[in-house]
Parts: sequence; C-alpha cells; structure tokens
Amino acid sequence: MPGLQDASSQDSGTYNYAYLDEQTKRMIRRAILKAVAVPGYQVPFGGREMPLPYGWGTGGIQVTAAIIGRDDILKVIDQGADDTTNAVSIRRFFAKVAGVATTTRTEVATVIQTRHRVPETPLKEGQILVLQVPIPEPLRMLEPRETETRTLHALSEYGVMQVSLYENIARYGRISKAYNYPVLVNGRYMMSPSPIPKFDNPKLDRNPALQLYGAGREKRIYAVPPHTPVKSLDFDDHPFEIEAWSECCALCGSKQSFLDEMIVDDNGKRLFICSDTDYCQERQQTRQKGES
Amino acid sequence: MYVAVKGGETAIANSLELLADKRRGSRDVAELSLEQIDQQLSLAVDRVMTEGSCYDRALAALAIKQARGDLIEAIFLLRAYRTTLPRFGDSRPLDSTRMVVERRISSTFKDVPGGQVLGPTYDYTHRLLDFSLAAAGERPDAPAAPVDAAQVMPRVGDILERESLLEPPPAQSDDRAEDITRAPLTLPASRPARLQNLARGDEGFLLALGYSTQRGYGNNHPFVGEIRYGHVPIAFVPEELDFEIEIAEIDVTECDMVNQFAGSHNVPPQFTRGYGLAFGHAERKAMAVALVDRALRAGELSEAVSSPAQDEEFVLSHSDNVEASGFVQHLKLPHYVDFQSELVVLRTLRAEVDERNRRAALDRAAE
Repeated sequence: MPGLQDASSQDSGTYNYAYLDEQTKRMIRRAILKAVAVPGYQVPFGGREMPLPYGWGTGGIQVTAAIIGRDDILKVIDQGADDTTNAVSIRRFFAKVAGVATTTRTEVATVIQTRHRVPETPLKEGQILVLQVPIPEPLRMLEPRETETRTLHALSEYGVMQVSLYENIARYGRISKAYNYPVLVNGRYMMSPSPIPKFDNPKLDRNPALQLYGAGREKRIYAVPPHTPVKSLDFDDHPFEIEAWSECCALCGSKQSFLDEMIVDDNGKRLFICSDTDYCQERQQTRQKGES
Repeated sequence: MYVAVKGGETAIANSLELLADKRRGSRDVAELSLEQIDQQLSLAVDRVMTEGSCYDRALAALAIKQARGDLIEAIFLLRAYRTTLPRFGDSRPLDSTRMVVERRISSTFKDVPGGQVLGPTYDYTHRLLDFSLAAAGERPDAPAAPVDAAQVMPRVGDILERESLLEPPPAQSDDRAEDITRAPLTLPASRPARLQNLARGDEGFLLALGYSTQRGYGNNHPFVGEIRYGHVPIAFVPEELDFEIEIAEIDVTECDMVNQFAGSHNVPPQFTRGYGLAFGHAERKAMAVALVDRALRAGELSEAVSSPAQDEEFVLSHSDNVEASGFVQHLKLPHYVDFQSELVVLRTLRAEVDERNRRAALDRAAE
C-alpha cells in the first residue's frame, strides 16, 4: 500500500505554516481585500475542507490562517470565554500548525477569533476581530434561495426584513430578535453580524479594529473595515435596544457586561457571571489590588 | 466558585485518549489490518473514496479504521487529507468504452454488443444470513472468464444515439475542468459542477431523492440503459510533454439512465440521459446520481420544476454529508450566549403579558 508512507510523512511537522498552502492563503486574502473594499458584501471564496468539522468555525479558521503571521498574538474565544472546549481546540490548532503565540488578554492580542461574542474590552486600531459565521446571509430565513437573495442585495431591496421586524412588533409589541440581529453596513449592504447577542451590535459600529467574517460551509467572506458605520435595523418609534439585567456579575460585580446565567442547584437557583472571562478576570484582579 | 467551562484543555486531552481506546476495542481481539479492510470491506472503501473524492484504497481503509467504521466520519477524514494535496493537473477524460468490465448489464435490450455480463452482484442472492461465515474458513477461488483487455465495449447509449433516439451528450469543451473543491459553487451550476456535487453527495440523500422521482415527484420514466463496472485506464498529459501517458487504472461504476422525454417546441421527442459515475463498485450510488442528474435537467428541457429532486438549489446545497453532519452536530457546541439573549427577550415578553393580564383582571374587578 504505497499511499501509507505519504500519510505518515504528512504529520503535523510537514504541514505548511498555518496549515493552508500559500496559494490557498493568497486566494483567501484576495477575497478578504475585496470584502474590505465593499463593506458588508458577501464575497464567495473557494473554501477548503478543514480538519475541523463544518459548524465548528472553519470559516473563521481559514480567515485566521490566511492573515496570521509569526509576530501575531492570537486570542480565541467561544461564548466570550477563552476556556470553552471549542476555543481551546482552535487555539491548540494554531499553536500546533503556526507555532503562534497565544493569549487570553484582549488588550495584547493582535488577532482575536471569536464565536458568538465581541469582547467587552474596547478594541484598538491594528487589532483584527475574526468572527465565525454559520449562515452569512441575513435574509436566509426569509428567503432560502441564494439566487434570490443575491438579487435582493444587488438592488438593496431589504423591505422583507423590515416587514419581518414589523411583524414582531405587531405580534409581541417589540422586536423579539435576540441574536444575529441584522445590521446595515455603511448605509449599503445588509449584513448578518453572526450569532452575537444584539448586546454586542453597538460594538460593531465605527469600531477602530478590522472585522473579518468567515463562513466556511457557505464559502463566504465579508468584512467591516475600521471606523465603518454599522446600524442595527429599527423603526423611529421602536428604536434598537439591547439586553439588560437586573443582576450584576457575581464574580466582578460588573453591571455593564453581558451576563451568562447558570443554574447552581436543584431548586433552580441562578447565578450570573460575565460571559467575557478575560474582562471578568481583569476586573477581579483590579478589585483585589484595590482592597489589598 | 462553580464555573462549568473550566478545564477544557484537560477534558479534550482525556477525551482523545478515551476515543483511541474505544477505537481499539477489547485487546483480546486481534487488531484489524488495513489490508483486511481494503479486501473484505471493499464496498465501504469504495464509498469512502467516492464521497471523499480521493481514489486511494489504502488511505480510505485507514480512514475507516480510524473512524471505527463510521463511513461519514471516514469520508471527512479522507477529504481533510485530500484538501492538502498539491494538484498536478487534470487527467484526460475517462473513456469508459475502454473499460475492462467485470459487470455490465442493460435493461433496455435483451442482448447488446459485448453481451450482458452479470459479474459479482448481490441482485440475485437470497438474503439469508450465511452462518458459515461466522467461522473462519478458506474459500475456493471462483471460476474466472478469460479477459480481453483490448476489447472495446460500445455503450448502449451510443447505439441509440446513432439513430437520434437518444440525445447526444453535451459537446466537449477544451476548457479546464471545473473543480468544486477549489472554487465555490455558483448557482445555477453547470452540469459538470452539478455532477461533481452529486458524485461527492451522500448516497442516502441521493437515493431518497432518486426514489422520490420514481414515486411521482418529478418522474422521468427511467430505464437503465446500461450499468458497467470494471477497470479503466487514466491518461495524463504532463505540461512538459505533448502526448498522453497512462498513469493508472481505476475501478469505476458508470450508469447511463435513459429517460422518456415528450419533446419541446424546438426538440422532437427523444430519449434523454441521466448520468452517474462512482469510484469502485457502487451501483446504488451511480443509479441514484443518474436519476437526480436527469431530474435536475428539468429546467433545461422546459419541464415544470415542481419537486424537490428537480430543485437545483435544494439538492446541491444539501447533498454533502460532511457539511450536513458538521452543521447538524455543531448544535452540540455551547450556545449559551444566544440562549441567554433569548431568555432575556422571553422573560420580557412574558412579563408584559402578565402585566396586561393583571391590569385586565383589575379592570374587570373594578367594573
């Protein structure tokens, strides 16, 4: 069986830097450049099959692999946390195939790959936020056909989404969309911010960092360049609003962060803590320093 | 303090250890060799090579062993390996008339040039468990017919085509073949891109779609013009030379399905084709592909597009089992941030309803 020798020599040591071959990286970089040039527009790209499953962040991983250099410092979060299993797995992947330095601190990271959250700590110029996207098309649940939705984008024909939000109001008295809340980028393209809670939507607006969105299974890349206006859709009499909690974080006492709820006993007792683990730990340390 | 998500790193490491242990099973039982999988689970190897888009029996056998026989997982493993391989170029198109057939049947004619060759098939087995297989034992070799490798085996379709009863296959273009593993699928897709998608598509999904056409959801009255299985040479023209070199021989199953067609305003009534090709011996797959291929030609042939199997976007977007398996199973990943968002909204909505009901009750009491 001659094929087997090839297989064993393909061990981690012999993969190209950051796993993807250079030609593929160039193809992805071209897609990223186009995406940056047309903010919010979904650029089709020749997404590769990655050694992690579709739905686990293959789009984000390909984007990160295409942009990461040897001097970069990578942070990977899932649900805001650095230590969730999938974040650990992706961080390990890059530590292995790119030998890149990793961190959990938002401040020092140059590339932050994330699923479902934008860090609480404000991002700075020069940082890149890479979001993993399951369904890049904001209109998909209203119109399942790609051929149709591409036309709707071409014509900026977004009435169907406004109607859907209006139906929410007619039915519930408010817009009930909680995450993956649609936005308009630079006044032109409607964009799915990926399934971040709407709590994070305001952070996308005029953010000094570059936002790159990668959808592996659907083979699309899109981007929001630094300082680009990103508006969450709403109505004059029903302005966009974000989640609020009456509790504060049980660990750091924050009242400004997105809180995760945990059930801590059989009677359903609840505990609220920050979803952003780095933000929470930084605050706890500052508090301890203040006390000592 | 209770923090459920801590310790991901150790948990993953331990999980990998456990998995490797489970894969090996009881150490009292001899370990499977790749040769055994290749030789004795050969149809599983064929399926993994077909849907994994990589013709390498040894690698497919390795993937099956590593995946503990989960063929979709094995297909994923093989594909993730394939994606890292360099591309040297495109082979010349396969010429299946040069196939050395092991099996070749047509259901449209009693006899055809080259003859009907039954070959190894489950079709006429009685599905009775053969308990003699439960014990190890040697089998005598089967009788073999003499093989004439030089014999050209004309396709049944070609014969019908000569009388214009069957449409010709689409004209050959000299362009480089499309590759849906390198460029994103755009819709509407070309037929070559569509056939690639179907060849990689999940056998179960395509089988069900093909079956649905037979039950009236986009029926095209199919006949098996021909199914053939055997070895075909592969030729390649290296860039630095200007002549073909035969580089290998592979086993494929080809199905040419002949379908009714009433004709349209500019085409007289004639039979139309559905085509399926799979690596190894995979008749069920090749037939399903041929049925779905024909169903997807509805638009091109001015037929009404009304059934799932005729809907190109529906079929091509959902045929891939590695994509489907990933996205379905990603629901196992944590979603508690989104869920928390939903909880906040749901609680707000419920509080509003409660408040409304309370006020209504007060109003009623006041009356």
